[in-house]
Amino acid sequence: MAEVRAEMVANVWKVVAAEGDHVDDGDTLVILESMKMEIPVVAEGPGVVTTMHVAEGDVVQEGDLIATIS
Amino acid sequence: MLESVLVANRGEIARRVIRTARAMGMRAVAVYSDADADLPHVREADEAVRIGPAQPARSYLDAAAIIDAARSAGAASVHPGYGFLAENADFARRVLAAGLTWVGPDPDAIEQMGDKIRARNLMERSGVPVAPGSREPVTDVAGALVEAGRIGYPVMVKAAAGGGGIGMGVAASEASLGTAFETARSRAARFFGSPEILIERYVERARHVEVQILGLADGRVVALGERDCSAQRRHQKVAEETPSPGVSPELRRRMLAAAVRAGEAVRYRGAGTVECLVDVAAGSFVFLEMNTRLQVEHPVTELVTGIDLVEQQFRVAAGEPPSFDPAAVRPSGHAIELRVYAEDPVRFLPAPGTITEWKEPSGQGIRVDSGYQAGNTVTPFYDPLLAKLCVHGADRGQAIARASDAVASFHITGPKTNLPFHADLLASPDFASGDYDTSLVSKLRPS
Repeated sequence: MAEVRAEMVANVWKVVAAEGDHVDDGDTLVILESMKMEIPVVAEGPGVVTTMHVAEGDVVQEGDLIATIS
Repeated sequence: MLESVLVANRGEIARRVIRTARAMGMRAVAVYSDADADLPHVREADEAVRIGPAQPARSYLDAAAIIDAARSAGAASVHPGYGFLAENADFARRVLAAGLTWVGPDPDAIEQMGDKIRARNLMERSGVPVAPGSREPVTDVAGALVEAGRIGYPVMVKAAAGGGGIGMGVAASEASLGTAFETARSRAARFFGSPEILIERYVERARHVEVQILGLADGRVVALGERDCSAQRRHQKVAEETPSPGVSPELRRRMLAAAVRAGEAVRYRGAGTVECLVDVAAGSFVFLEMNTRLQVEHPVTELVTGIDLVEQQFRVAAGEPPSFDPAAVRPSGHAIELRVYAEDPVRFLPAPGTITEWKEPSGQGIRVDSGYQAGNTVTPFYDPLLAKLCVHGADRGQAIARASDAVASFHITGPKTNLPFHADLLASPDFASGDYDTSLVSKLRPS
């Protein structure tokens, strides 16, 4: 099981993957926005998105859980 | 002279404008969002008005809130700084309709230059060189393929209403055009409120060189030298210098003359910047866009000319002559600006955070325009610019040496900053040689 966490304080602009989706290495899970920049958060390996912990419009802190992939 | 000014901006540029306004004897009014209540620009103004919550759309981009603030503070004029509402013709019109002086060009000039397609067409008619490109907005992939085929690959795909490098992409061939077009279109709609796309020939080995112009109250337009802005990451500038090491005296003369023609074509008043791409191999240049406002990197021009550009903006807005003789401008020495961003110095990803230590360098030839101090929090709501570290030297070598020393003695603790990148940039043989182009940063930081 892999936990994907936020690397910085940011707003969740877009949630791209949904729970139950099969994702591959490099697939975009969500797009964060911080300091006028869009930052895609990607899967670091293949798996199924079991839990999406954020919704569009949320504010995440550094280290916050974004998605769980198994 | 204007009695007072409301500065419709934040951070370093608000501070910068307030400094000159106060030196000229004007009363300076700051505005701030809830996220910025503790920033230095709020404290340094004569008065400060809260305009809304942290989100830019509900504060620094809220035209009604800013005009209300100007009214309640009794401000005589509005200076927009750069970014936010600075190039919003509708905002400028609303400021004027409220009976306030707008410290900027005529709203019509903002509008003509704000649409990059219209601006290109106007420049071409005015005898300013432009790259092969679309004369009408491109609206779908099929249209993009036709236009790109006519123009010739590689092409740059960008938002017609855009700026700041957002939504720009290069397509080397038909295969990558569709993706570049869709990306540019979605960002154009999201960030600039218009999905219109411009396609231009992409110059592979180019320097990004811009000319500072000043439209005087009597209608004359003067050029105050160029700035080289080729050091960019994600199509956004990180370091600028003047004079450009890649522009010969003959090319400079032609570029400055073209920039004056560009300003005259829109009856430009106040400070503006004509951005060009210089084709290093061909020794030629083309018009890129005009920024109808004070430019972030204006300090390097101030350092070599001794002219306070913000003072000239206020004078022009008040209908007064400039403080200098336009026929006797003789730039002296070399100046470099380094943009200190709250971002990691390797991947350049944003790094908001609370500043625990802030110690600026000082000394001969060093100028720091900063927006923060120790104890402030850098939030994710605004762009990552913390400070502009500017240096002046008798020549380029001295400027680089002073910049290197200044970077080493600039101490910021808390958020990650790109200061280590600037140390690498200044030490790199490519930058030192002066023979670099817009690929410089990606060579230093291959991803």
